[in-house]
Amino acid sequence: MSLFNIIFYVFAVMTLAAGSVVVFSRNIVRSAFALLFAFFGVAGLYVLLLADFIAVTQLLVYVGGILVLVIFGVMLTQRQVSVDIKTGTLQVWPALIVTAALAGSLSAIFYSTEWKTSPLVDQTATAPKLGEMLLGDYLLPFEVASVVLLVALIGAALIARREKKAS
Amino acid sequence: MSDFVLWLQNPGLSHFLVLSAILFSLGLFAILTRRNAIMVLMGIELILNAANINFVAFSRYAAATLDGQVVAIFVIILAAAEAAIALAIVLNIYQNFNTVNVDDLNKLRD
Repeated sequence: MSLFNIIFYVFAVMTLAAGSVVVFSRNIVRSAFALLFAFFGVAGLYVLLLADFIAVTQLLVYVGGILVLVIFGVMLTQRQVSVDIKTGTLQVWPALIVTAALAGSLSAIFYSTEWKTSPLVDQTATAPKLGEMLLGDYLLPFEVASVVLLVALIGAALIARREKKAS
Repeated sequence: MSDFVLWLQNPGLSHFLVLSAILFSLGLFAILTRRNAIMVLMGIELILNAANINFVAFSRYAAATLDGQVVAIFVIILAAAEAAIALAIVLNIYQNFNTVNVDDLNKLRD
């Protein structure tokens, strides 16, 4: 077993175990905290894939931003103050069968396909190249994405602060 | 069977793809079964992460360019915008209806 294999399986098991806790836990606070470990595992996989900038962005945006938002959402929308915050489920068995069949068939396809891979390009740091691509080939999508993000954040602040009108 | 053991011992492109398929299915399961709107959002985040793993894995193994990583950055940007908007809407729904159970939200106005 090489080091790559060990690290891959550590992060893969971490991601899938944390994802399972997110999905199957009845306690929504526990789900939110398990989501943290799922995001960490995915960031580790990005490092294994030589995507250092994406890994750091994953940690900053998902763990630092989205997860905090989700936990705020959990805390602000539950009536109970105690830790005992349960969420209901419905149609568990049909959904389990459908998603298990989907996962099995997709995995079988991925396993049996002969993927055409190109030899590994030696990469040191991806951030300078990504920056050149974002301001070169991908300039228009980059600018559009920044405008979308600005509009979305202003809209979110506006929606969340709207007071209930006294009728 | 020995083929499968051999496959397990050499992590490559297909391992990342299988991992993302399982993560996608977990997210889909959360969306299908959970009644709490925030749990549905967490399922969407898992699905976006699964898609991102695919983009970065293909960028590493199949193409000699970084295009997949640029697309992954755009996915992360959109995920951030989506989470902010969706949680703002959920908070507003909670103010108006006093619940975030997606089954009970069947009215468009008070």
